[in-house]
Amino acid sequence: MIEIIDIHKHYGHVKANNGISMTIKDGSIHAILGENGAGKSTLMKILSGYIHQNSGLIKINDQIVDFSSTSVAATFGIGMLYQDPMDFPQLSVIDNFMIGQAKGIFIKKRTFLNRFYHLSQSLGFSLEPDCLVKTLTVGERQQLEILRLLSLGTQVLILDEPTTGISDLQKDTLFSALTRLTRDGKSIVLVSHKLEDVETLCDTITVLRQGRVSGHMVKPFDTNKLLDLMFETRSSPPGRLVTSQGPVFFSLNQVSAKGGRVGLKNLNLKIHQHDVIGLAGLEGSGQSVFLKVSSGLLPVQSGTICLDNKNIVGKSHVYFQNSGITYLPSSRLEEGLVPGLSITQHVSLSARPKPLIVNHKKALISSRDAIDTFHIKARPDSYVETLSGGNQQRLLLSLLPLKPRLLLLENPTRGLDLSSAYFVWNHLQAFCKTDHTSILFTSSEIDEIMMVSNRILVFYDGKVVLDKKTAETTIHEIGAAIAGKSVHL
Amino acid sequence: MNDFSAMMILSSIIAAACPIIFAAIGETITEKSGVINLSLDGTILLSAMTAFVISYSTGSVFLGFFMASLVGGFVALIVVFFSIYLRVSQVAVGFVLTLTCRDLAYFIGNPYSRLLGPQVQPLPIPFLSDLPFIGTAFFSHNVVVYVCYIFFFFSWFYIEKTPMGHILKAVGEHPHAAYSRGIHPHRIQLIYGFVGGVFVGIAGASYSLFMKAGWGRPQGCEGIGWIALALVIFGGWNISRVVIGCYLFSFLQVMGIFFQQWFPTFPSPVFQVAPFPLMIFSLVIIHVSQNDKIREWSKDKNVILFFLNRFSHSAPAHLGKRFHV
Repeated sequence: MIEIIDIHKHYGHVKANNGISMTIKDGSIHAILGENGAGKSTLMKILSGYIHQNSGLIKINDQIVDFSSTSVAATFGIGMLYQDPMDFPQLSVIDNFMIGQAKGIFIKKRTFLNRFYHLSQSLGFSLEPDCLVKTLTVGERQQLEILRLLSLGTQVLILDEPTTGISDLQKDTLFSALTRLTRDGKSIVLVSHKLEDVETLCDTITVLRQGRVSGHMVKPFDTNKLLDLMFETRSSPPGRLVTSQGPVFFSLNQVSAKGGRVGLKNLNLKIHQHDVIGLAGLEGSGQSVFLKVSSGLLPVQSGTICLDNKNIVGKSHVYFQNSGITYLPSSRLEEGLVPGLSITQHVSLSARPKPLIVNHKKALISSRDAIDTFHIKARPDSYVETLSGGNQQRLLLSLLPLKPRLLLLENPTRGLDLSSAYFVWNHLQAFCKTDHTSILFTSSEIDEIMMVSNRILVFYDGKVVLDKKTAETTIHEIGAAIAGKSVHL
Repeated sequence: MNDFSAMMILSSIIAAACPIIFAAIGETITEKSGVINLSLDGTILLSAMTAFVISYSTGSVFLGFFMASLVGGFVALIVVFFSIYLRVSQVAVGFVLTLTCRDLAYFIGNPYSRLLGPQVQPLPIPFLSDLPFIGTAFFSHNVVVYVCYIFFFFSWFYIEKTPMGHILKAVGEHPHAAYSRGIHPHRIQLIYGFVGGVFVGIAGASYSLFMKAGWGRPQGCEGIGWIALALVIFGGWNISRVVIGCYLFSFLQVMGIFFQQWFPTFPSPVFQVAPFPLMIFSLVIIHVSQNDKIREWSKDKNVILFFLNRFSHSAPAHLGKRFHV
């Protein structure tokens, strides 16, 4: 049994954990629920010894422990799967498995290989030990990390947002593995902002809000009450946008392109004003290539892209941007924002037209505006890499040009909690209403696509296999199309 | 070319490569931990001067090597210390140290210029050196060259085959992940920064105590530090490939001397300078091999693909960046 007593942790003025107390029982799956920035990750990093609390106690079986590092926590059987993969992409699976475990002068590779096979078999994972980790999917890297932690003798396994970015199949494998582990007497702590995952898997839920515990709950759960505990104020879910369809302004004719796993094959598409189009399909079926081609980031091999009946193939990405086509990538910190620059610097970077000399005062004022209107929890001089995922996405939104004609969004709500996601959509739909903007977005969650888009495109193997009004299709039909079973079109 | 001169060439290539190998492997070890020590050229000069002055004053070649390695380790420690504790860019500190160490070496070493000092004596290995051909080429050198063979094998083994080597690589690749596994990245960087510097110091001592014996301005080892840095990239941070690069460079250098004898009509600077642009050229080839279009083109060409795969590599992902929790 682990007791956490009155944990405080602050970074400068920001109080990430403000007096958190809770108890984790042996052999149970305990969920920590809360929106982005509620202090879940911070608490778990403290519990795993990665960072140290400012004040407060941790007790294991009534004995006070002090984790000065992760290896100390590991001796007490606590291991954590971090939200960002903490592995070595350039090294092989088995090397990753061994680093930190193997001691002594010689590596006993065979012993570790045996242990690796044994563990992965018992959990139903299938990983090649000689593969380089960079070739694995997020889900497989997670499996590797779980195996490594178990091999270290972990009794309490902490998982931070494990269901973000993995496929449904991998999620099922993960959940059944976790259930099996609890049967062996291990405790699981699952950190998540996704209600459905938590409700299906967990025995106990602790809800955090703004660095404090806002409530506990045991099975069976009351969804409405949980939502009340999570959010102070609940923003209303966005509905489908009801506007008349405008004229066609953007079209792709017989476009083929290379890139990704499958590329893009002979795509024909017409986009009307006020369209909100959801792009569904398995990851890497051509959606992201399509978005990059449409934004001028990837060259086409054949075919034409027309904006207002003018072929714009071969123009630069800047030309696309100046014509009102804006692309937001899904990896915010790698492609969307510049780590090492502050919010103010981002605002002045995206200023149009570009002044000769940076107007710091003006940038500061507009960054304060952005922080207010978009509810970004940060200060103008905060570095973007210190923001939580939700705040990074809000910042990206605030940097969008004033009157975009076409917004191309890759997983705009990935990793966001419900209220952040609603906020994003309410804001995006405002663009469609006032500025005749059309939106194309990818999402791995069909529910989201059904909720906000009025047209849906399903990609399979680089082709569009389903193109319908959302109102005229069913989840079943979409699911079949995603799996490539559709014969329509 | 008769047997004798082929043997001589091979023998000189082996000897000339020895200090470069020490410097390049030392730098590889440092860079594997994520620290880039650009001060190599200055460090080699400073340690060469130290080695000469110490062994001239004490008469002990061993003491010269020892002090030179300490100097090398100390300079490297400055880079790591400034990076970790004062948060200064490794590249900036490295550059400044290059210049400082160079000037310091010539300033302190000035009174010792053009003096005849002790040298490492040749020590042919009994029996082995009597073997035909390879005996003269490989086993008729001095003890430093033999240590170099062992060192090359040992450092390869250490990095590729031992848990400590894995930890070293882990810190250079992803220090946060290493930290989450209970490893202290800063400690590792201090240790291997120093160790790498020690070998750079030995490289410097090898120059002033046998390769280009003596001290004076300019010392024959000027510029080698930059070559060693380039060789680390050439070898893709992989010990065995770095060593191959060292021998290749040494081969080019030595052949320059022989070509001069064989083709006296050619202006001699051509052969002296040739290894440097050739080195740059090979770096370009390696870089090109990572180009997507080249990869696409070579998809079904097995032989070319084999070489491309051999030459493609990437730097430690966290090279030159600072780590903090």
